[in-house]
Parts: sequence; C-alpha cells; structure tokens
Amino acid sequence: MIELDGVTHRYGDRTVLRDVTLTLTDRRVAVIGANGSGKSTLARTLNGLVVPSQGRVRVNGHDTRTDGAAVRREVGFVFTDPDAQIVMPTVGEDVASSLRRSGISRHDRDERVADVLTRFGLDGHADHPAHLLSGGQKQLLALASVLVTEPKVLVCDEPTTLLDLRNSRRVAQLLADLPQQVVLVTHHLDLVADYERVPVIDEGAVVHDGPAATAVPAYLRLMRA
Amino acid sequence: MIGLYRPGSTPIHRAGAGLKLLMLLVGTTALVLVRTPLAVAVGAAVVVGASAVAVLPPALMWQQLRPLRWFVLALVPLQLWAGGWRAVVVSVGTLLVTVTAAAVVTLTTRVTAVLDVIEHLTTPLRRFGVDPERIALVLALTIRAVPVLASTLDEVRDARRARGLERSPRALLVPLVVRTLRHADRLGEALAARGVDD
Repeated sequence: MIELDGVTHRYGDRTVLRDVTLTLTDRRVAVIGANGSGKSTLARTLNGLVVPSQGRVRVNGHDTRTDGAAVRREVGFVFTDPDAQIVMPTVGEDVASSLRRSGISRHDRDERVADVLTRFGLDGHADHPAHLLSGGQKQLLALASVLVTEPKVLVCDEPTTLLDLRNSRRVAQLLADLPQQVVLVTHHLDLVADYERVPVIDEGAVVHDGPAATAVPAYLRLMRA
Repeated sequence: MIGLYRPGSTPIHRAGAGLKLLMLLVGTTALVLVRTPLAVAVGAAVVVGASAVAVLPPALMWQQLRPLRWFVLALVPLQLWAGGWRAVVVSVGTLLVTVTAAAVVTLTTRVTAVLDVIEHLTTPLRRFGVDPERIALVLALTIRAVPVLASTLDEVRDARRARGLERSPRALLVPLVVRTLRHADRLGEALAARGVDD
C-alpha cells in the first residue's frame, strides 16, 4: 500500500506538488497530466528519490524520509530513457548487476538472470552489447534489470515515450501481466484504459481521481479548457 | 571491454579472469623490461597463438589494432631516428603485442568477471574506508560511458550539420557537454533508484 499524506514539494520558489493526499491500494495505478504538471515528481516521491518538502510518503509502512533504503528495496523504478539506466556493457551483465548486492550465490544469480531474460524476450541476447539494442529492447532490458530484484511495487515514469507503437504495446502488455502493484506515469492514454485507478494531476494537485473510464475524459476536458 | 566480449567455450574463455589479468600484467611488464626483438617475437607468438586458441577472427583482431595505425606511423620514423631498426621493432612490437594481448583478454572475459576480481583485490582496502563495490561500479560505468558518449557525439554532429554549422566548435561542444551532464544526472538518479547509495 502506498500512502501520500499532505505531500507538497518545491524546487526553489516553484511549487510542483500541492498538498497531495492519496492512498493507493489498487494493483494498477496510472498517473496522467500535462507536461510540467508534477506527475514525474510525484512518481519520484514513491521510492524516495524525491523527499517531499512537506507531508510524508509511506510504502508498505516504510516512510521514504526515514527509511529510504527499505522503500527502495520494495519499489523498483523504470525511467523514460533506458540508456541512462543501463550500467553494464552487455545485456546479461546489466541484469546481473542488479543482484550484485543481494548476497545470492553466483549460480542462483545466473538462473534468475536467464529466467528474467526469457520472460522479456531477451534470451539469446545475454552476451549482446547493450548499446546495440533497439530502443524497445533497451527499455525491456531496463525493466528486466529492475524486475530481477523482485520489487513489490513497480513505478514507471513514461516508459513508452521514446518507443514506437509496437514496442509501447509490448511494454504495456508486460506491465499488465506483472503480479506486482504498478504505478504508471504516462502520456499515452490508450495504455491506461484497463487501469483501476487513474489520478489526474494538474499544476501539482490531484484534480480527478477515479477509474480510467472517468479520468481520461476529465483529463481531455482539462486539456481543452 | 566496451561490450567486446565474444562468447565461447575455448580454454581461454574458461580460464579465470584473475589468471588472465595476472598473465597480462606479467607478460606486458616483462616485455617492457626486457626490450629485445627476441622477447617481442616470443610475445607475438604467444598472443597470436592465444587468439587462435580462442577462435578470434583475424578481422576482429585487426579492429582492435586499427585505432593505433596513425600512432604507429608517427612512431616509426621517430624510433628509426632515435635508435635504428632495432628500436622500431622493440617499441612498435611491444605496443602491438601488449594491445593484442589486452584485446584477447577483454574479448574472452566478461566485464562482471573482471569486476569480481577487482572487487576481490580491493577488499583489503575496506579497512581504510574504500568501498570495493563502488570501485567496481565506477569502472563499469566508465566502460559503459564510451558507447553512450560516442552516440551522443554522433547525434550532436548530425544536429550541427542539419543547421549548417559544421565549422562551429561551439555548436559541437556546448550541446555535447550539456547532454553529457544531463546523462550523468539521469544515470545518478537511476543508480539511486536501484539503491546503490543505500
């Protein structure tokens, strides 16, 4: 369960989140809003990358302000640009690097890496240089490298923005099939159609909160206003 | 090491990364210290033999040496002037043999295996406050940064050409530095999200 209680955040004089209070228990949560509305900052508060200026965020009881390490063990984060998330030269090594600090044996590490690469259609690419993958494959690798640690919650900040339609749908399908709670920040409204909870953010505040069926029309009305 | 690893199951691929790095260190040090044409010939025979055992195609090996060609062309007349043909054979030969030996090691060894060795070797430094995992991570990020920077440079060059500013160094350097810093920022954030700082 993710709880945001009176969350306000400022960058200097600019307030990017205003008194956001949300309790997210739904398995599929999508956050939508215009550019600069504060949705990426909201996503970053969920694993303690951003600690709010006021208010608090708790994930499964862990406060991001006081227990950030525990939060990050529970919350995986996927960014827009996969190039900035890949830290190792080859595909298999990048996934394996996520497990370097986990304390599991090399044999178990190799098994988990092989398993996650198969799930993401990257088996056969284990020794492939990561920088030669296509944009879609890089994003799949970024997802695989996060999910190999088996986080309980996955937060994705516009993971499909740099992808073509086919790869966007592939990533969306993979997210839909995950057993974890997923919080997806996106501009692609067609991806959120099946999401149970869709908060709409505007100028740092939640202006609508409901299922996709009501949230998407509310967002479209907001954009026309 | 920049994603150059070529998978295989030859004895050289299967040899431990620590052993390969140690042999590379000992061999290149000996070559630099002995400095005779015979030592260069023996070294050349060893690296050619090793690349044959590892089934590394000659074209791939040439790719590793090709960036040195201008340096070698400049080195030959200098060494010829300073010490004659013997100096040319020793200095150019030593350079080519050591680079080829390093290429054989990197082409047959996974980066993670090298990082494990470095982490293991630097573990005693933990008592002085050094974090071996961080050293290994920094090395991995450095290796990974090379293709990222090369790709950024290509994109910035294309953008400069598209705007008709081919001759402007400023139009190359400013966006290159800005984009590199932005990449570093995003990478730092991604590492923090993975709990590297925890």
